[in-house]
Amino acid sequence: MLKLITRGHLNNWLWTFTGIAGFLAIWTAVSFEMGNAVLLPDPTAVVAGFFALLRDGTLLPDVGASMKRVLGGFAIASLIAVPLALLMALSRPIRLLLSPVITFLRPIPPIAWIPIAILWFGIGDPPSYFITAVAAFFPIFINSYAGGHSVRPEHLHAARSLGAGPQALFLRIYLPSAMPMISTGLRIGLGQSWMAVVTAELIAAHSGLGYMIQANRLALETGLVLVGMCVIGLLGAAMSMLLEVFERHVLVPWKFP
Amino acid sequence: MSRLALACSRSDRTTGLVNNPAQHGRAGGLGRIDGRNLAMQFDTKNGLVVALECLDIHIKSGEFLALLGPSGCGKSTLLNMIAGILKPSTGILTIDDKPVEKPNPGCGIVFQHHSLFPWMSVIENVAFGPRMLGSGDPIAVARTFLGLVGLEKYEKAWPTSLSGGMQQRVGIARALATYPPVLLMDEPFGALDAQTRSIMQHELLKLWSQFNPTVVFVTHDIDEAIFLADRVVVMKTLPGGLKRDVPIDLPRPRDPSLVKSDVFNFYRGEIFELIREETLKSFVQRRK
Repeated sequence: MLKLITRGHLNNWLWTFTGIAGFLAIWTAVSFEMGNAVLLPDPTAVVAGFFALLRDGTLLPDVGASMKRVLGGFAIASLIAVPLALLMALSRPIRLLLSPVITFLRPIPPIAWIPIAILWFGIGDPPSYFITAVAAFFPIFINSYAGGHSVRPEHLHAARSLGAGPQALFLRIYLPSAMPMISTGLRIGLGQSWMAVVTAELIAAHSGLGYMIQANRLALETGLVLVGMCVIGLLGAAMSMLLEVFERHVLVPWKFP
Repeated sequence: MSRLALACSRSDRTTGLVNNPAQHGRAGGLGRIDGRNLAMQFDTKNGLVVALECLDIHIKSGEFLALLGPSGCGKSTLLNMIAGILKPSTGILTIDDKPVEKPNPGCGIVFQHHSLFPWMSVIENVAFGPRMLGSGDPIAVARTFLGLVGLEKYEKAWPTSLSGGMQQRVGIARALATYPPVLLMDEPFGALDAQTRSIMQHELLKLWSQFNPTVVFVTHDIDEAIFLADRVVVMKTLPGGLKRDVPIDLPRPRDPSLVKSDVFNFYRGEIFELIREETLKSFVQRRK
């Protein structure tokens, strides 16, 4: 048994698949026990529902709408949060100026912004961009801010003794020093953004996976609700993995030699 | 503060070494370091801590100087002052008669830890200085210096994938790649094992004789100080300052077998006693 655990990739996959199979088995057993497809349909019904939605062409537009909102909000949040955090980390006056506001806004959950987002932006894409951006902003900001403080004095001294001026110090020392934390922030921020888009679409949109789940709940199509949930789970995991690849090869390659 | 100023002015009168041309080595050579009445105090929660007190130091161009002393004697403080990292509370510090104000390309620095930029490949680390100073082909310069420390094969590697000794060799190559008149080293071999350390000392001496920068080398290893230096400055503790200047009259090039010789043993014994006195003093003071 112990040998089985320690032996190579094949066994790693075996364990992974066993986990997935176990999960599906328990799900199937419970749904048979309940015997009510409205409360809990079995996995095959969900797979059938998935293909039905693919065939009638409604699933992909919903996925597309949600993706667009997540990536849009995430991009807006990153473009504001990273420079702002580094600026605050490096400049004392700006830190003192902005930190009370940030401290006050941070505990407000993205959901609490939905009513005001609808008032300001109506229904559809704009409030969803706003909500996903708010959700992604704080994880990115807080990690980048910590990153801005994580430069080692030895590196600064060495760089200056090698002739680096202020611009080179920022681009070649501060920024790469902060990059591991920034990329952690981006990964968490993307996850938060993805969770927030569903919430936003439940209330403030007429398209997207969140809206699709809500519509099918009202129609008592529990199988299709589960299709929506599974797609959200799979896409979220896939996006997180993609970002990890980006992190390894582009953002912080030196951390993965 | 007034007591400090008074003490400093007194020591100023007793030392007449300032700007005496006969004191300096190679005529016209760069990298001459002069410190006068240097003092350093830090404001801490427990009041004013005097790390260094009225210290006069004069280092000739091209000299290899070792700063030796028990921990807390301010040897790193002095080194950081020469590097321009710390500003002395009082006193004047000049390199070639120019006051030191901030870290600058005139002084290469090698630290014990975190010497290299982990986000740059080995070759980019070494090329950093030449690049910043506008060299035409920084990579070519970097290759030359990597070759000098025998690491040309590792130019594409990330620093973290190298052993400690290799990282320090890259650090030395990087510091030398701008041809600085002064090379400052803060316990550069302190984290290495004894074998690697001995090889590194030998290599450092070879590089030094090739480029002949003024070297200020901080260490707490007596053998290392004697083996490397033209002059060992033993520092005193609490507050820090100079205790004794020990010129090391050993022929160069120096061979590692030298450490077993009688002359070496003599220096070792003498310096050991000086440091022991200081260490004991700091123990007694702590107990009070």
